[in-house]
Amino acid sequence: MIVKREKLSFWERLYLPAIVGGLKVTMRHFFSKKITMQYPEEKWVVPPGYRGAPYLVKDQEDRTKCVSCQLCEFVCPPKAIKITPPGPAGSPEAGNVEKAPKEFEINMLRCIFCGYCQEVCPEEAIFLMQDYSLTGTNRKEMIYNKEKLLSLGGVHQDKIQKWKRKADEAKEQGITP
Amino acid sequence: MSIAATTENKPAAPAIETIKIKVDGKEIAVPKTMPDPISGKPIPTTMIQACALATIDVPHYCYHPKLPVAGNCRMCLVEFGTPAMGPDRKPVMNPDGTPKIAKSPRPAIACATPVSPGMEIYTTTPAVKQMREGVLEFLLINHPLDCPICDQAGECKLQEYSVDYGQATSRFVEEKVHKPKRVDLGPRIVLDDERCILCTRCIRFSKDIVGDDALGIVNRGSYNTLSAYPGKAFDNNYTLNTVDICPVGALTSKDFRFKMRVWFLKETKSVCTSCATGCSIVIGSREEKIYRYEPRENDAVNSTWMCDYGRLNYKWINREDRLTDVKIGQAQTTWSNVLKQIADKLAKAQSGSVAIVASARQTTEELFLLAKLAKKFNAITDSIPRTGEGDKLLLSTDRNPNSNGAKLTGIASAQMGANLPKIAEGIRNGSIKTLIVFGEDMTKHGIGADLLGKLDNLIVSDILPNKTTEAATYLLPGCAHAEKRGSFVNGKGRVQRFLKAIEPRGEARPEWEFLHELVHNVTGQNGYATIEGLFNQMAKEIPAFNGVTWAALGDTGVTIQI
Repeated sequence: MIVKREKLSFWERLYLPAIVGGLKVTMRHFFSKKITMQYPEEKWVVPPGYRGAPYLVKDQEDRTKCVSCQLCEFVCPPKAIKITPPGPAGSPEAGNVEKAPKEFEINMLRCIFCGYCQEVCPEEAIFLMQDYSLTGTNRKEMIYNKEKLLSLGGVHQDKIQKWKRKADEAKEQGITP
Repeated sequence: MSIAATTENKPAAPAIETIKIKVDGKEIAVPKTMPDPISGKPIPTTMIQACALATIDVPHYCYHPKLPVAGNCRMCLVEFGTPAMGPDRKPVMNPDGTPKIAKSPRPAIACATPVSPGMEIYTTTPAVKQMREGVLEFLLINHPLDCPICDQAGECKLQEYSVDYGQATSRFVEEKVHKPKRVDLGPRIVLDDERCILCTRCIRFSKDIVGDDALGIVNRGSYNTLSAYPGKAFDNNYTLNTVDICPVGALTSKDFRFKMRVWFLKETKSVCTSCATGCSIVIGSREEKIYRYEPRENDAVNSTWMCDYGRLNYKWINREDRLTDVKIGQAQTTWSNVLKQIADKLAKAQSGSVAIVASARQTTEELFLLAKLAKKFNAITDSIPRTGEGDKLLLSTDRNPNSNGAKLTGIASAQMGANLPKIAEGIRNGSIKTLIVFGEDMTKHGIGADLLGKLDNLIVSDILPNKTTEAATYLLPGCAHAEKRGSFVNGKGRVQRFLKAIEPRGEARPEWEFLHELVHNVTGQNGYATIEGLFNQMAKEIPAFNGVTWAALGDTGVTIQI
């Protein structure tokens, strides 16, 4: 198909009117309220429910909430999570929980921030938080280990504390939990 | 050797009287009796067996096809009806001529109720569903919500039936009864009493299968607790089977505990290599690491059990010091290079100057190829006997998995090990110049480092380093059975195949692969480059195999006359 090119009128061929029209738009924005944010000096407010980087949390009694059930590792679509279970001896420091991860790694280069790990977690131990800008100078640095994930995750106020309640119940009944 | 091969698991039984019943409207003829799992005597067929024959699943916890019936979990409750009888003791007929069925007012446990002629079993009625929901709710009353830390999660019957018949929330407002956790029951078992649903499978297994009456239930009612006899450890050689048959996570294996979640494990059908019984197993592996062995049902060999000794004998496969490099002397080289050099050396070898010692832990195919080499050089060959204490259940006194394979292929002498002194003498007087060793440390079997030093060529293939591999002129790293395919002939002549679970380490290659190349280079004979072809060729050439094919071996194997 051949589209016939319209001939420009004299007014259009003058060129200057178009320049003036363009400058009008520029000037309007020049004097109106600015919408560009001066990132990174200026940071935006992350809305609630935002899916940022997944981190591990501790409860108010400083217990690592993760029990190494590996459901997040299983559900993770890009296979970004790698958990090393504690092995036959369990985790003596975990008390009646018996299990805690020996190592917990999230490859932030692989993570797609889908939030499945948070959704599947039966222990409320992993949350997608507000960090959206993760940087590093090499690939290894972008694999976050357990210490890093826990320090970034902070404390989660657990209202139920089911393991503590279980231990208390057992103690009341005269059983070593 | 008489020639006969059968594919049946059991010897042909005499014709058994059958009775016709209906399961969920599906008519099926079932045998009137089935063998008792312990004594083997015929006992009336139960409803659960009939449902299994009709391929209808009836949920159950305490019932196990290989154990005596206890009937305590009540999960298998079903409704049923029998033909109605009139006052004249004749069946009452419907107007359409079919027998009228009188539905029983009460349900019955399918595991312990015998079937009768004309019986109808209903497993999908609303009442049956309600009963299952009720039983499950009772079982869950004191069961802890431990799933995230429970090793059974993923293969737990309680989880599975909770999905099918469970409630989303608990109606139980009282406190759960707490019981001891992490109870050290024996050297290989940790018991979590809270999770136990008191099905007594482990008790029946220990008492009736192993004959070690070590377990029992103490206390009453809600406080029922599984326990070992006071002061007695639960330490027989079959304890880990109780972990398999435990429908929940109460009995856990100290070895596998907290190591890996079961849903990650790739399951590969294989055969245990720890003794001549050759129990059928499933290898659980993830990311080229083996985590556990579990027994696999094979009525011709191991029923559904295996011994703890065999089950825990897998760790050497994961060892860090595995042989991974092809070597000539101490120098690393390539497979093509080493196989060419060996072929050149062997081409010059004189008849009778070669000796072969092959392990009876090698696969039959590999021994068959070695026998071809031996024939070419008129070589003196043997294997090394390996014995230990056996028991009456599964563990054999012969600790080689393939002694019969070594005998059938002609590698092992009739009295295994009898040729070893002759080989030693041959090396000493200089008549034997080349020794080919597969999977054995000769320094432990009468051919010391001094004798090995006298040889012109010492060709060694092994999996783990030892004194012989150190002395090797040519070192060929081999594979564990989990890293290749092949077959074993067990102590009773059962030929079983096993499949590959994980990749070989480093440069290591399955022995049959490079032996195939070597035999081709040395003898000029064409062979098969696939394990299927190789097995079928072997089965044709060795009369005892009677031409059985790789495909015919199936999962449970074939018995041959040995």
